[in-house]
Amino acid sequence: MPIPISYNVRNVIQRPWSTLATTIGIALVVAILIGAFALASGFQAALVETGSDSNAMVLRTGADSEISSGISLDAAHILKALPDVAPGPDGRPLVSADMVVLMNQPRLGQEGSSNVTVRGIDPPSLALRPRVKLVAGRMFAPGSDEVIVAQRIARRFAHCGIGDRLRFGQRDFTVVGQFTAGGSGFDSEVWGDNAVLMPALNREGAYQSVTFRMRDPSRFAELKRRLESDRRLGVEVRTERAWYAGQSRLMSTVLRAGGILITLIMAVGAIFGAMNTMYAAVGQRTREIAVLLTLGFTPGAVMRAFLFESVFPALIGGALGCLIALPINGVTTSTTNWSSFSEIAFAFRVTPAGMIAGLIFAAIMGAFGGFLPARQAARQSLAMTLRAG
Amino acid sequence: MALVEVKNVRKTYRREAEELTVLDGLSLEIAEGDFVALMGPSGSGKTTLLNLIGGVDQPSSGDVVVGGTRLTGLRGKQLARWRARNIGYIFQLYNLIPVLTALQNVELPLLLVKMSGKERRERARHALDIVGLEDRLKHFPRQLSGGQEQRVAIARAVVSDPTVLLADEPTGDLDRKAGADILTLLDRLNKEFKKTIVMVTHDPTAAERAHRRLHLDKGVLSNGPS
Ligand SMILES: Nc1ncnc2c1ncn2[C@@H]1O[C@H](COP(=O)(O)OP(=O)(O)O)[C@@H](O)[C@H]1O
Ligand SMILES: [Mg+2]
Repeated sequence: MPIPISYNVRNVIQRPWSTLATTIGIALVVAILIGAFALASGFQAALVETGSDSNAMVLRTGADSEISSGISLDAAHILKALPDVAPGPDGRPLVSADMVVLMNQPRLGQEGSSNVTVRGIDPPSLALRPRVKLVAGRMFAPGSDEVIVAQRIARRFAHCGIGDRLRFGQRDFTVVGQFTAGGSGFDSEVWGDNAVLMPALNREGAYQSVTFRMRDPSRFAELKRRLESDRRLGVEVRTERAWYAGQSRLMSTVLRAGGILITLIMAVGAIFGAMNTMYAAVGQRTREIAVLLTLGFTPGAVMRAFLFESVFPALIGGALGCLIALPINGVTTSTTNWSSFSEIAFAFRVTPAGMIAGLIFAAIMGAFGGFLPARQAARQSLAMTLRAG
Repeated sequence: MALVEVKNVRKTYRREAEELTVLDGLSLEIAEGDFVALMGPSGSGKTTLLNLIGGVDQPSSGDVVVGGTRLTGLRGKQLARWRARNIGYIFQLYNLIPVLTALQNVELPLLLVKMSGKERRERARHALDIVGLEDRLKHFPRQLSGGQEQRVAIARAVVSDPTVLLADEPTGDLDRKAGADILTLLDRLNKEFKKTIVMVTHDPTAAERAHRRLHLDKGVLSNGPS
């Protein structure tokens, strides 16, 4: 026995200004929520896209970062010789055993120093990771004291210009090129020849990871099972994409949680606004509510009707919030303030899931704001109100 | 057996410390098809009595039985459902829903029974036809005169074919001519459609239209001159 929706819709239209105020308040909250989610999604996407589904990434069992991983030289040899490794255009296998180490480097333009990721690679690495592109200078010569640096690193750290010298361990390395990596994790790294870097940094015992292009990515599951059950290796195998997705999880969770926190604080204001509007509506219509109850509509039906009157404009506000948030899609964030995670540039991504979350949140705000007034409407004493006035 | 039986009903209101007895052991029987006028000074408990018969309020003690149903045994939702099927209420101030058209106002009680939208509209239209407003279906209450509003309210009260019509000073807010039209309409509902009517009124000429006149004073009923 529902009260017809047209009754509520018309009542909402009867008070256009307070409805508009509520709607805009909720729209702003939803826009911020969607924006925060777009930030997190953009960040996640940047990291996830660092990796390819066609590449397999091998780390020591249980390692949760490359730094804490280790692959023995013998294991790396076995992996490099696998028939599963696809050959590159030059016929050589597309595989790179990487040494990864954090080096403390002085920053540009400010006091102090911070960590830079230094990656020692095998020559096929560039072909293996097509997102990495040289934008200045040239590739380092194999076996030489040369390195290439991510362009973004060059902006933040000293001695990263072409021709400059970087000191790692006991040796100086000459910067001969700069690269970009499409906003991925590699955009924060310095690359050199592992055959030179490993002895220079006393890291000759082991690599950190081995990445290779799979000849048949569709058979990844079988490959994973085979390698992980090989006692000689002691490794865990993921697709490169899955690995970087995992690496982004913590940060994007933090971004989302932060967004939700800010949104919740703002939502309190929007909810009180909606509540105010609804209390006024219920107050003005006590007689009308009494009539509905007298006719035989149940208190539950009255309660639902007034909840709807609160949720309906809130949903419109939610849709409006989606429209407000939509233009930030694709806008690139400035990353200079984000020193906690080395220089990852990324674009906001407004996702359908984010918009649906925004709409649901709008409905929840409307329901919260409408609950107490609606309950008051449903509970009012019939005999008393009919007599009044 | 009478259609409405009010048995030894007491109704008290508590206002802070003092207790106000509005109805004190009142009994009343109304036969099916009767048209009763309830008179008495302001504050004598007429609305209170009407609300007890209509299942809008509950007595402090005693019983109210309407059409064989003991209202004092019903609670909340059951009582709401019972009202929807058995009571047609007509108020002094019409109490139409301002955002709904005349037709939609009259359809409202039919939403509480199982019925197709088409049948609902037809019955509402028929009810408005009976009260002579077949040409005002799409009008909103503010576009109608007081007399027309009250006729819409009457259509709303009778559309679900209730057992009893309760009218609380239905002509109290109308001019003489419009009031007379409303009384003629109630009279016709009683004679032609065999509706049982209980009408509260201050107006002796209005009370003349009823079969029976009851006087309520200080919580006690007495038969008026008939
Ligand atoms: N909810 C209530 N609380 C306290 N007193 C009430 C309440 N409702 C009615 N009364 C009192 O009961 C008496 C009868 O009221 P009512 O039935 O409205 O009289 P009438 O309709 O004959 O004018 C009045 O004195 C009124 O003030
Ligand atoms: Mg009264």
